Amino acid sequence: MPPPRDELLIPTDHGLWCAAGGFHIDPWKPVDRAVVTHAHSDHAVAGCGSYLCSPETAELLKAKFGPQTPVQPLQYSTPLAIGGVSLSLHPAGHILGSAQIRLQPTGAAAHAHGHAVWVVSGDYMARQGGGRGGGVGCAGASDEHAQTCRAFEPLRCEVFITESTFGLPIYRWRSHDEVMRDVNRWWTTNRAEGITSLLFGWALGKSQRILASLDDSIGPIAVHGALERFNEVYTRLGAKLPSILRSTSEQAKSLRGSGIVLAPPSADRSPWMRRFGDVSTAYATGWMQIRGTRRRRSAQRGFPLSDHSDWEGLLWAIEQTGASRVGVTHGYTEPLARWLREKGLESWIIPTRWEGEIAETGQGSSSAGEESPVAAGTERAADNGHEGSA
Amino acid sequence: MLRFARLYDELDQTTRTSEKLAGLQSYFREAPPEDAAWGLYFLSGGRHKRAVSATVLRDSAAEASGYPAWLLGECYSAVGDFSETIALLLPEPSGTITPRPLHEVVEKWIQPLQKARDVEKRRMLPDIWSQLDSRQRFVFHKLISGTFRVGAARGLVVRALAAVAAEGGRTGGAVEIDAATMEHRVMGNWEPTAAGFLGLLQGRAVAEEGSGLYPFCLANQLNGPPETLGNVADYLIEHKWDGIRAQLIRRPSAEILVWSRGEELVTDRFPEAAAAGAMLESGTVLDGEILIWEDTSRVGQAADTGSPRPFAELQTRINRKPVPGTPSRKKNNGQLGLFGASDLAAPSAAATPIPFPGRGLVFMAYDVIEHAGGDVRPLPMSRRRELLEEIVRGAAARAAGSTWLPLRISPLVHVNTWGDAAAIRERSRESGVEGLMLKPRASVYGVGRARGSKDAGGGGWWKWKIDPYSVDAVLMYAQPGTGKRAGIYSDQTFGVWDESAPGARELVPFAKAYSGLTDEELREVDAYVRRNTLEKSGPVRMVKPELVFEIAFEGIQVSTRHRSGIAVRFPRIKAWRRDKKARDADTLETVRALLHASLARSSGVFRTAETGTGTEGHTP
Ligand SMILES: [Zn+2]
Ligand SMILES: [Zn+2]
Repeated sequence: MPPPRDELLIPTDHGLWCAAGGFHIDPWKPVDRAVVTHAHSDHAVAGCGSYLCSPETAELLKAKFGPQTPVQPLQYSTPLAIGGVSLSLHPAGHILGSAQIRLQPTGAAAHAHGHAVWVVSGDYMARQGGGRGGGVGCAGASDEHAQTCRAFEPLRCEVFITESTFGLPIYRWRSHDEVMRDVNRWWTTNRAEGITSLLFGWALGKSQRILASLDDSIGPIAVHGALERFNEVYTRLGAKLPSILRSTSEQAKSLRGSGIVLAPPSADRSPWMRRFGDVSTAYATGWMQIRGTRRRRSAQRGFPLSDHSDWEGLLWAIEQTGASRVGVTHGYTEPLARWLREKGLESWIIPTRWEGEIAETGQGSSSAGEESPVAAGTERAADNGHEGSA
Repeated sequence: MLRFARLYDELDQTTRTSEKLAGLQSYFREAPPEDAAWGLYFLSGGRHKRAVSATVLRDSAAEASGYPAWLLGECYSAVGDFSETIALLLPEPSGTITPRPLHEVVEKWIQPLQKARDVEKRRMLPDIWSQLDSRQRFVFHKLISGTFRVGAARGLVVRALAAVAAEGGRTGGAVEIDAATMEHRVMGNWEPTAAGFLGLLQGRAVAEEGSGLYPFCLANQLNGPPETLGNVADYLIEHKWDGIRAQLIRRPSAEILVWSRGEELVTDRFPEAAAAGAMLESGTVLDGEILIWEDTSRVGQAADTGSPRPFAELQTRINRKPVPGTPSRKKNNGQLGLFGASDLAAPSAAATPIPFPGRGLVFMAYDVIEHAGGDVRPLPMSRRRELLEEIVRGAAARAAGSTWLPLRISPLVHVNTWGDAAAIRERSRESGVEGLMLKPRASVYGVGRARGSKDAGGGGWWKWKIDPYSVDAVLMYAQPGTGKRAGIYSDQTFGVWDESAPGARELVPFAKAYSGLTDEELREVDAYVRRNTLEKSGPVRMVKPELVFEIAFEGIQVSTRHRSGIAVRFPRIKAWRRDKKARDADTLETVRALLHASLARSSGVFRTAETGTGTEGHTP
């Protein structure tokens, strides 16, 4: 059921609009004032008049859109008054700089909308028992050094806008460490057989998370060019990444038969792959939980490694908010909203431009040509981090 | 079970033949023989009866997981595989679980499930689930639902087995067995035992008497001009029949078996074919096609008269449900009561006569695989044909005086040039056949779709099919596909224009097509469906009718179950007609015209000289 008209946030054809604050959240068309949850392409478009975001996201946006990008960094947990709302950012555990946006109407706006606190999750990775630095931490790693972003922090609110990329109970993640052990084992086996390991995953977020957990005693590590600018930001902001080679033709010689190479999915089956000789290919994404997805990719291996919450994680996060109203967006919106309604919450679907095309597919193969050879190596292809596009 | 599930994963995860082979070999080398026997049985495509229906499995899973049926449905749409969906949904077992060997899983769980009533099954499943992890559950579900397929062709399984036999490590003596012999031994149904498995490795048959079935020789499709195949004189040419491919077996023990190409034992479903088998000498295996044949000329006394009836008439036989509880006609040796097809069909249901004089079921033989108890596959095609003619002549002589001849020989098509052959192929539709078969005279009877080389016997068989029917239709509905296409709107329904109501023009669904698009096109259509959904009902989306596709199909028949009044066989997308608008698509009337043409088909060209229309179709 749609929310009443005088809500604090209203879906428009540009994205979620906050009239009281005069800004859009994660717009998919350029707007004057954007508040951005994180730097993935399905949440941050080029050409906005200004970007309010975490300092880490600001650095990533500059790496993507150029140093002149009009960013306005805001530290986590620091309230900022914008028009009739008080806005603050809080860690979402998805990628470096990813934030939930907390909105509290003030003054006349509070009068108009009530005092309800709204939280927009953006993409998030939450898990019961996973706190800051502990058990799960950011994007899963239990080893503090392997963590590449701050862990999800549950917030109390009345209205919660949640993503639902993996909003079905078939999605239940194994731990980051367990999956990474499998990755390192796969690499070891390939190396023993003289085969180069080629691992496809999103250039921003996923790749750095994997890099931080690779066992560099196994062999040399290299990355596709599309990853480099993001690695640079991650390293500059304190992530501990192993020493990495460029995957140029000259370097390829020293990798061949022993190394592991990380690349965006758009590089799969491109001529770029030839330089590595005999390869074993694998994908790292939550979609690899499903056998059909892996077979469609004809990848030799699939590692179910996600920067999003699984079903239990979503339900846990929603419960933690204490919210009585939950807007569902970005993914398996219908089943999750229906489930929540059956549990007695008020829940409705918030359309996004991405929903139909990417998230819901579970494959994202249909999304705007990320995989097509035409798009290979382009900006979008390189960094679209939404798993829906994996 | 854990070892078997791990092997399943290994075979599933790699596309490299060498890795699959290595995985299979280590399984056959290391698994306890009583487990390896079952493993081999399942891997080589051994049939087994479904133990649990989809409904029982779904309901039990809903109960065990606590999720409502609608959510299971959503999950299934995303996964595209029922066994996998349920394996993923169920909570992991708590605590440590005792490993269950495969033979125990079969004997203690699967076989009792096959016998149990539904209420008992519902009681048993949660207990079984609590003792399996999700990887094992997935394979277990495949086994109990009768949907087990493995990522390795039987040829590969057999190669691995032969390699382990050649090592001799398991049995204390190396044995060289060629793959074709080994494959013949593991085909069909047999009782998997430790002794049988070790016997295979020692060069013996897996059971005292095996299934008798041989791997079918499959044809490659000829797409280019036949001239590329060389000299027409080097080929035996026959019609490509539109029936049920089968092997007719008269064992050394005189027992008669009919195995379909799907490796299902169908003896009881086609008693007339079995009657044809009774005309053979013991130790004979023929390859051919089960057809419904019409022969009013001399009431079936010659092997080369009459013409085939449409496949649709045969279909009623295939779809016929066996009568439950009826004992099977005959107990087949070496065949599993529980897993075999012997309890599939009941003679009372199958023996219904065809209610037309001069019309009956025949086994149209076109090759001989075993003669006088010996494997004759290595003989050249031309020699096997001579042998076959001899066999069928002998059978006809033995059956002299009977009113209907259920065993016939596929007539040769005699031509001097490829051009003559092409002209005959052009008339295939009127003759009720699908085109021509081209078989090199020098070729051996190959295993599977063997292309063969000149030195291995002159290459394999070619099918030179007629062009299919085709119709331009509009995409109306789509739902997520299964398997590789899970989660993608690849399961599509197409419609044509119905102009029968005055002043109205309405799309009616006419065919469901699953394949034919490239991955790239499929992605585009998927995106279109998502962006142009008019209505959702469960997983099905009704879309804005804008996209036009050329749909090809092999056959057309009347149907009361479809709104359009017609049903087509093997519909597939031939091309995306981006040049056409929805309004340019074909009408129901056009499609009906095809139907009428197909029904009005004359009795064809397989007439005797007496009726005067036949030009070919005579056995020399
Ligand atoms: Zn996203
Ligand atoms: Zn994201």
